[in-house]
Amino acid sequence: MTKPKPDGSNGEGPAAFNPLPEWLRNEGEAADVVLSSRVRLARNLAGHLFIVKATRKDRQRTLEVCRDTILHCSLAPHIAWYDLHAANPADRTLLVERHLISKQLAKGRAGGPGAAEDPRAVAIGLPDERLSIMVNEEDHLRIQTVRSGLSLAAAWKEIDAVDDRIEAGLEYAFSPRFGYLTACPTNVGTGLRMSVMLHLPGLRLTGDIDKVKRAAADMGLAVRGFYGEGSDAVGDLYQLSNQTTLGKSEASILHDMEHEIVPRIVEYERLSRRELITRRRVGVEDQVMRAWGLLTHARLLTTDEAMGALSLARLGILTGILKATGGAAIDVRTVNQLILLVQPAHLQRVVGRELDQEQRRVARATFVRGRVCTAS
Amino acid sequence: MKCDLCENEATVRETSRRNGVTIEKHLCEACAAAQGIDTGGGAFQKMIEQIASGPASVNISIVTGGTKGGAARLSVCPSCRLTFNEFKQSGLLGCADCYRAFEGQLGPLVERAHQGGVAHCGKVPRRQSAGKPASPVATSSGLSLEERAARLRALQLQLEQAVKSEQYEVAAKVRDQIRKLGGSEA
Ligand SMILES: [Zn+2]
Ligand SMILES: [Zn+2]
Repeated sequence: MTKPKPDGSNGEGPAAFNPLPEWLRNEGEAADVVLSSRVRLARNLAGHLFIVKATRKDRQRTLEVCRDTILHCSLAPHIAWYDLHAANPADRTLLVERHLISKQLAKGRAGGPGAAEDPRAVAIGLPDERLSIMVNEEDHLRIQTVRSGLSLAAAWKEIDAVDDRIEAGLEYAFSPRFGYLTACPTNVGTGLRMSVMLHLPGLRLTGDIDKVKRAAADMGLAVRGFYGEGSDAVGDLYQLSNQTTLGKSEASILHDMEHEIVPRIVEYERLSRRELITRRRVGVEDQVMRAWGLLTHARLLTTDEAMGALSLARLGILTGILKATGGAAIDVRTVNQLILLVQPAHLQRVVGRELDQEQRRVARATFVRGRVCTAS
Repeated sequence: MKCDLCENEATVRETSRRNGVTIEKHLCEACAAAQGIDTGGGAFQKMIEQIASGPASVNISIVTGGTKGGAARLSVCPSCRLTFNEFKQSGLLGCADCYRAFEGQLGPLVERAHQGGVAHCGKVPRRQSAGKPASPVATSSGLSLEERAARLRALQLQLEQAVKSEQYEVAAKVRDQIRKLGGSEA
């Protein structure tokens, strides 16, 4: 691990980030449907006020205590530390788009004056970005690990070890009855949230997606869009996660998600895709090729349009439609990467300057066209 | 006016219509919270919504401002001075001690938020279990002996509290869990 600077940062900006982070690698179990598996632990420090009651001074103290432990307990080969109160807004947005921090952490204490200067930070394991730790979000610590494909067990194993190492340096707020004490009682107990990012274009096209959503809700699971709470399922991407954290052990949550619930949804999506190409071939071909036309010929693209078209292109590759219709030899990884690079902050990073919304639509279409056409 | 369910002063009036009949309830803050009636807003409201959709056309109004002295349950956390009302506004607690201070009010809410889960089951910080020998022996419930003992202790504590606050449905559920773990209700 490189030695951190006195201010705690390691000196490099988010520019040093991997062009293809772990969650877009298209590897592992069921990667045709499951983009990534994510595990999060909510933890608070004993003897430190929770976020709503903490003054700025209190938060600064919490931040420093956390930083000392996180940077000195060998959590990953290389840990980068970003003080978000010192970061510029574009970098904060970039971290949100990479799913390394929440929108809430990017904004700072919600609604309050001087929110942007609120002491808060994120530690990120580089270069794979498998580990990230938010400091002073809703809880003092929000630890997260991610793996490509359906791989919750591996993500859990890593986070469990990280949690132990951090706990060796810090005392957590814990009670025998309520478990790990969290700011919001909906997270109390294990403080654990296991989630998978699913790509479900087949179920959307067959119209069965609502059945899946209802079934998930009945099982007490939350279904969110690509960018979490309140976001729509743009690009047919859905995040599915457990909500119950009290009275259910980590092992039992892991088992239910990895061996019961997610495999069933994966099978349902695969079945839908097979049905579409055997029974509704022309219809699906039309959808895929229209999307392909958009990606290769459009001159203006919004983020949502691009993601919708990329979703269908991904379906086209995985079902062989794109190749069979003389479309292209583009691969899934390139599509996955584009899902990230068409996002506003990433797009501006790619072109190297700030753009307004209209300029972004032009730049996005040009950039996508370039990538897709050289790939094919 | 007294609360319909206990001796406290009623501060929440809930009117609901069922089959054309208007039902009016007068409750204290704690009992209202225990019934999942939201008197605040925001995140807390959302938490309640996640749990269950309430009865049709419910009308809630706060009759008097805040809880007056003499409440059986704490309405202020002694450590961070967060009031239960503030918690209801934001849905967020102020410190670890809030869980103890508001245990009575939080218990039923937490249970509903976690599909009936009433006590922690799973990982325990090493500091908490330090000093006790690690037990590799697993019981039929899949828990180690030590985990099972800790779980039973927590459940028994809860049973006591549920009976004390006359939350018999909760008590019954806790009793079931204790039986499942093969413990006694002493
Ligand atoms: Zn009452
Ligand atoms: Zn408190």
